[in-house]
Amino acid sequence: MQYLHNIGTYFLMIVEMFRKPTKWSVMKQLILKDIDDLVIGSIGIVAFISFFVGGVVTIQTALNIDNPLIPRSLVGFATRQSVILEFAPTFISIIMAGKVGSFITSSIGTMRVTEQIDALEVMGINALNYLVFPKFIALTLYPFVISIAMFLGIMGGLAACVFGNYASMDDYITGIQQDFEPFHMAYAFIKTLLFAFVLATVPSYHGFYMKGGALEVGEASTTSFVWTSVVIILLNYILTQMLLS
Amino acid sequence: MIEVTNLEKSFGDAHILKGISTTFEKGKTNLVIGQSGSGKTVFLKCLLGLFDYEKGKIAYEGQVFAELSEAEKRNMRAKIGMVFQGSALFDSMTIEENVMFPLQMFTKQSKSEMQDRANFVLNRVKLKDANKKMPSEASGGMQKRVAIARAIVNNPKYLFCDEPNSGLDPKTAIVIDNLIKEITEEYNITTVINTHDMNSVMEIGDKIVFLKDGLKAWEGSKDTIFRTDNEVVTDFVYSSNLFKKVRRMYIEDNS
Ligand SMILES: Nc1ncnc2c1ncn2[C@@H]1O[C@H](COP(=O)(O)OP(=O)(O)O)[C@@H](O)[C@H]1O
Ligand SMILES: [Mg+2]
Repeated sequence: MQYLHNIGTYFLMIVEMFRKPTKWSVMKQLILKDIDDLVIGSIGIVAFISFFVGGVVTIQTALNIDNPLIPRSLVGFATRQSVILEFAPTFISIIMAGKVGSFITSSIGTMRVTEQIDALEVMGINALNYLVFPKFIALTLYPFVISIAMFLGIMGGLAACVFGNYASMDDYITGIQQDFEPFHMAYAFIKTLLFAFVLATVPSYHGFYMKGGALEVGEASTTSFVWTSVVIILLNYILTQMLLS
Repeated sequence: MIEVTNLEKSFGDAHILKGISTTFEKGKTNLVIGQSGSGKTVFLKCLLGLFDYEKGKIAYEGQVFAELSEAEKRNMRAKIGMVFQGSALFDSMTIEENVMFPLQMFTKQSKSEMQDRANFVLNRVKLKDANKKMPSEASGGMQKRVAIARAIVNNPKYLFCDEPNSGLDPKTAIVIDNLIKEITEEYNITTVINTHDMNSVMEIGDKIVFLKDGLKAWEGSKDTIFRTDNEVVTDFVYSSNLFKKVRRMYIEDNS
């Protein structure tokens, strides 16, 4: 029963977020700030993780191919497939649920417990539009982050491959060009956009509707991470079933 | 003037306000007092339209708030200033930006006009050279002044303060109280203040409404509160020995 109530509140929040828009001159600033905090601020960690995990995927694949009949270019092919289809869109989004998600929940939650949200509402400002909408707009740039993750994941694989002598650079490059299916990119970016929406709204929900004090802000961040991840994993399953099978 | 008639408010099964009627006059500092948890904040948030209530009526100069259209409500809100218990300054903005915020939202002033006005009210609350500071770099007393400056920057007709001097030392508390009173009289604002601080009651209680168990247990002013025989009031007011002594002296002086 409580779950149904929460899900209902979540969808009402999304409707409310688009109503009574904040003055554009103010909104512009908020969007720029959120692009800086949420998107630009995540590129570093995403780049770091992508590069090294890409490398590890390559090493694991290479080590598991011991049949001399299988071409070495398969290492590149396998890395490309796992990075583009799952690692970059899904795995990075789970990490973002931790980084961006808990930032959103704790910053909105702090505004709730210190009555800053009440202060906005007293002034007749639609606090959901003021706080959540710019995050939603900022995260429409999230696909750029994922493109970087894809690129660096594949580059990390290349580096690991050459550095560890698992295959030649030519083999790897042949591999990553093999049987390229453009729809896989579309699939990956459809997922990414949906995850971006989840990353902007689920943590905002947990911050906006929280009650209590500083301790509860911490709890809300944790709960928000768990639920954001669960929603991303479930959506990933449903979308994969729908789009790829 | 604000008129409240028979206001009732519950959260689930918890009946917090059980029918409160009173009026708050212009140019006066109206105090709502009562123990922690007696519903002062809930009462104030009902007045502000932050909480819906089940029964009763709240009218600003005869206009019933709940019956206004969205546009009229927005107009009304532009005339309301609020000082929250914890100041509720926006912590991502500087002090100056906090004070300019209502102007940015409600007016079409240019940046320099807004800055001039912000400086004027910051001066009025006796806060200088703090414009570029972040709220986290300001002391509790300074934050309270900024909150007052932000509340009055757009020339409100109504000013609400939720425990404006909680968490301040007694000296600063009196300064803040007097500041609110001066501003109320200077600009002829209808001011409603929640407090459980007896110093405030004695200093600035033009009108006092005493809440207990969700009802208005007593109403009067700083002059009558010392003479009343109403036991719930005397219990609350003279819960400290100091005030018991003050009362005895007051009655002796005046008899
Ligand atoms: N948003 C809310 N939801 C449920 N109960 C609340 C809420 N706000 C206040 N209450 C309850 O209302 C009562 C009065 O609280 P409050 O008005 O904050 O007291 P105070 O006089 O100290 O300001 C308390 O019992 C509190 O638990
Ligand atoms: Mg209170």
